[in-house]
Amino acid sequence: MVSILNQKSIIIVSSSVESKTPKAEADTQAHLHERSRQGMNLKKVLSQFGPLIGLVFVVLLFIILAPSSFYSFYNIKTILTQTVIVGIAALGMTIIIISGGIDLSTGSQIALGTVVIATILNMGITEAGAASGGYVVLAALGGILACAVCGWIIGLITARFNLTPFIVTLGMMQIARGVAKWIANEQTVATPVNGLQGLMLLDPNPSWMVFGWGVWITIILLILTAILLKYFVFGRHVFAIGSNEETARLCGINVSKNKIWIYTIGSLFAGIASIMQYSNLTVGDPTAAMGMELDIIAAVVIGGGSLTGGEGSAMGSIIGALIMAVLRNGCNMLGVPNYVQEIIIGAIIVGAVLIDRLKHRIK
Amino acid sequence: MADQPTILQLNDITKAFGPVKALQGVNLTVREGEVHALIGENGAGKSTLMKVLSGAHMPDGGSMTLQGKSFQPKSPMEARQAGIAMIYQELTLALHLTVEENITLGIEHKGFLGKVIRRTAEVREALEWLGQHNIHPDTPVKELSLGKQQLIEIARAIILKAKIVIMDEPTSSLTAEDTRALFKVIRRFKERNIAVIYISHFLEETMELCDRFTVLRDGKTVASGEIAQTTMNQIIEHMVGRSVQDLYPKIPHEMGEVVLEVAELSDRYLSGVSFKLRRGEILGLSGLVGAGRSETVRSLFGLDKAETGQVRIKGHTELKAHYLEPKTALASNLDLLSEDRKEEGLALGLPIFVNITLSDLKRYSKTGFLDLKREVKQANYWAQRLNIKCHHTEQAAGSLSGGNQQKICIARLLHHDSDILFLDEPTRGIDVGSKAEIYRLILELAKQGKAIVVVSSYLPELLGICDSLAVMYRGQISPVRPVKEWTEQDIMRFATSGMVNNEASIG
Repeated sequence: MVSILNQKSIIIVSSSVESKTPKAEADTQAHLHERSRQGMNLKKVLSQFGPLIGLVFVVLLFIILAPSSFYSFYNIKTILTQTVIVGIAALGMTIIIISGGIDLSTGSQIALGTVVIATILNMGITEAGAASGGYVVLAALGGILACAVCGWIIGLITARFNLTPFIVTLGMMQIARGVAKWIANEQTVATPVNGLQGLMLLDPNPSWMVFGWGVWITIILLILTAILLKYFVFGRHVFAIGSNEETARLCGINVSKNKIWIYTIGSLFAGIASIMQYSNLTVGDPTAAMGMELDIIAAVVIGGGSLTGGEGSAMGSIIGALIMAVLRNGCNMLGVPNYVQEIIIGAIIVGAVLIDRLKHRIK
Repeated sequence: MADQPTILQLNDITKAFGPVKALQGVNLTVREGEVHALIGENGAGKSTLMKVLSGAHMPDGGSMTLQGKSFQPKSPMEARQAGIAMIYQELTLALHLTVEENITLGIEHKGFLGKVIRRTAEVREALEWLGQHNIHPDTPVKELSLGKQQLIEIARAIILKAKIVIMDEPTSSLTAEDTRALFKVIRRFKERNIAVIYISHFLEETMELCDRFTVLRDGKTVASGEIAQTTMNQIIEHMVGRSVQDLYPKIPHEMGEVVLEVAELSDRYLSGVSFKLRRGEILGLSGLVGAGRSETVRSLFGLDKAETGQVRIKGHTELKAHYLEPKTALASNLDLLSEDRKEEGLALGLPIFVNITLSDLKRYSKTGFLDLKREVKQANYWAQRLNIKCHHTEQAAGSLSGGNQQKICIARLLHHDSDILFLDEPTRGIDVGSKAEIYRLILELAKQGKAIVVVSSYLPELLGICDSLAVMYRGQISPVRPVKEWTEQDIMRFATSGMVNNEASIG
C-alpha cells in the first residue's frame, strides 16, 4: 500500500535519484537550496498526504463524537462496502480528470449497466428459477460493455470534433439514462437469484476473505490504476495531455486516439461500478445512481485531482470517496439529519479545492 | 533632459520571498517625461521591482518617492490612483468588450444605480492623440490587430492621467510595423510629461527609443546613465557582469549531402516553398512575422497541415506533405522546437524529466511499462549537460526561469536525437547569458552533423550563427544563399517587398 501512497501525481519518483547541482553555484546557493528543499517537502507532504490527513481527521472526529459502534469492525466493513461503487467509478474518473476532461454521464452509465445486466440475466433463467452461470458472466460483461460503448462514443466525439467533454457528456447523461429507461420499459427489472448479488455482501463467502468481494475488487482496481498512471506510457500520456495538450501533440502523441481510450477506460470502470450497483439493488433500475457522478467527481477533487488537468491520483480519489463515506456513516450514527450531511460534504469539496490552491502557492 | 525634475525616486529597495532575496538594494531615478530603460537578465529582479512599483508587492526596505511625496502603494489600485499605469507583456484586455468598455474598465463613471455614464468623447480624444482616428470606441477589441490592442492599453493609461507608464516587453509579439507605431506614440508621451519605464530584451530597439537606462543584476542596481553616452557592449557587460566577447561563437563545421528536400509546399499561408537542407548546415529563415516562416517548419513537422507539396527526407521515400504528422516526423528523424514555450513547448505543471523524455518514451518502455529509474537518469544527464539550473528534475518545469525552460525544450530535442532540427525562435524571451549558451549548442550540433533550420525575427543572430539564409515574404521563399552573400539591405528588401537584388546575387 505504501507504494501507492507515493502515487500522488507522478512528480515523486524516488528521491534517491537526484541531479547534482552544478558545482559552480553549489557554494552560494547551498543554503537557498536547503531552504527551498524544505518548502518542497511541505508541498510534497501536503500534496501526498493532504487527503489522507483529511481522512484521519474525520475518522478521529467520529471516534470522539460518535458512539463506540462507529469503530466496530462491523461498521468499518460497512463503510468500506459503501465506498465501493463511488470508489471504482472515481478511479475511472481520475484518469479522465487528469487528462483535463470530465464525465457527467457516469451516473447514467451505471444505471444503464444495471438494466443491461438484469436484462441479460433474465434471458438465462434455469428451471430452478436461478440464473445460469454462463449468463451471469455474460451479464457482467454486458454491463461493462454497455458503459464502455458510451465512453467510446464520448471519446470519439470529443476528440474528432474537438468538443468540450462537459457538453458531450452532459448529452450522454441524458442519452444513457434514456436508453436505460427504454430497455427497462421505464420500470425496475426484477432478476432471478444469481452470483452477482453476493458481491456487495458485508460478510463474504468464504469467510476467510474478511471483506466482501466488492472491497477486494476495489483494492485490486486501485492498484492497477495507480500502476497504469505511473508506470505505463499510457498514463504518462494522460498526464501530458491534461497538463498541456499542445505539448503532447508536439511530442508526437496521438491526442485523439488517447482521448478515445481515456473515456473508454473511464467508462469501463463505470461498468464495473454498475455491477456493484446491481449487486446492491438486485434489480436493474433505470433511475439508479441519479446524480452519483457529482459524488464521483467530488471524490477525485477531494483526493487532489485538478479539474484543469495534469493532477490527480488513484489513491487520492479512493481516499476522497472514503472521506465522504465516513462522513455519511458517522453523521447517521450521530443522528445528524441528511441535510446537514449535505452541507458538510459541500463544504469539504470547497475546502479541498482551497487547500489545493494553498498547496500551489507554497514554493 | 538632465534639467528635468525627478518624478520617481527609489532608494535601496529590498524585497525577499522567504529565503530568496529578489531585490537587494535597487536605486532608480526617473525624470519627468523621459523614457527610461530598465535592463537586466531574466531573474535580475525587474519583474519584482515592477510589482513593487505597481503595488502588487510591498517592499521590505528602502524608500520610494513619487513627485516629492513618500509613495507606499498597498494595492495595484492605490498605485493606479497615484498615477502609475502598468502595461504587461500579455495584454490584459477583455476581448469581447468594446474599445471604450475596455479603456474605462474599472474606472467607469457611474450614474443612478450604477448605470455607466459613457465617456466616448474622452476615449475618442485619447485614441486620436494616439493617431488612431479610425478605431471606433464601439468596436469589439477582438476585431483589432495585436498592435492596435496594445494601443488600447495605452489609451487606458492616458484616460487614467498616468504620470508614469511601465511597459513590460511591449514589442515581443508585435510586427516591425506595429513596433514603429508604438515607438512613435511613446516618444510623444513627452508632450504630456508622462515618463515611461521601458523593459525589453531587444537591446537595439531599447537603445534607439530610450533616453536613460538603469541596469539591474542579481537584484541590485549596477549601472545607470544616459543612453547617448554608452554603447551596447557596455550595457551587456553590466548585465552579465563580465565582458561578452563573442556572443556568436565560431565553431567550424562541414556541410555534407542533402538530407531534406522540400518542394512546392503550399497552403493558406505558403505558396510554393522549396528548399534543400544539407547535413551540418545551419539555415536561417528570416522575414517579418506572419511571412510564413513558422508555418513552413510547422507544416514540415506535421503540426499544421500543408495542402500540397513533397518532402523527401534522407533515407525515406518521398512523402506528400499533407501526410506528415508529428509522430511520423519524429520517426523520420525530424524534430521541432516550438516558438511558444508556455502554450505549446512545455507541460509546465509536469516535472522537468517528463518534459525532457516525452517525445521518446519508447526508449524506456517495453510493452508499455516505463523504466522510471533509467528515464530520470537520462533526463538528469541532459539537464546537467545543458546546465539547466534546477534542484532536481522532478520539480515542475514551470518553476524555472524562461532561459532554463527553453533549455528543457532543447534537452528534449537532444534526447530524441533527430538529425534534422527546426528551431523556431530559439532565443525568444531569454537572457543574454542563456542566448550565448544556446548559440554555442546550435553550432556544436551542426558540427555533429545535424541539419538545422533556425527561424528568427532577430536578424543579428541569424547573421551570427547561420551558414546560409533564406528570406520569406507573404508565403514565398527567396533563394537560399550563403550568409556572406546577403546584406541587411537585401534581406529587408525581400522581407518587405519580395524582390531579390539580382546584381548582388551574382557573386
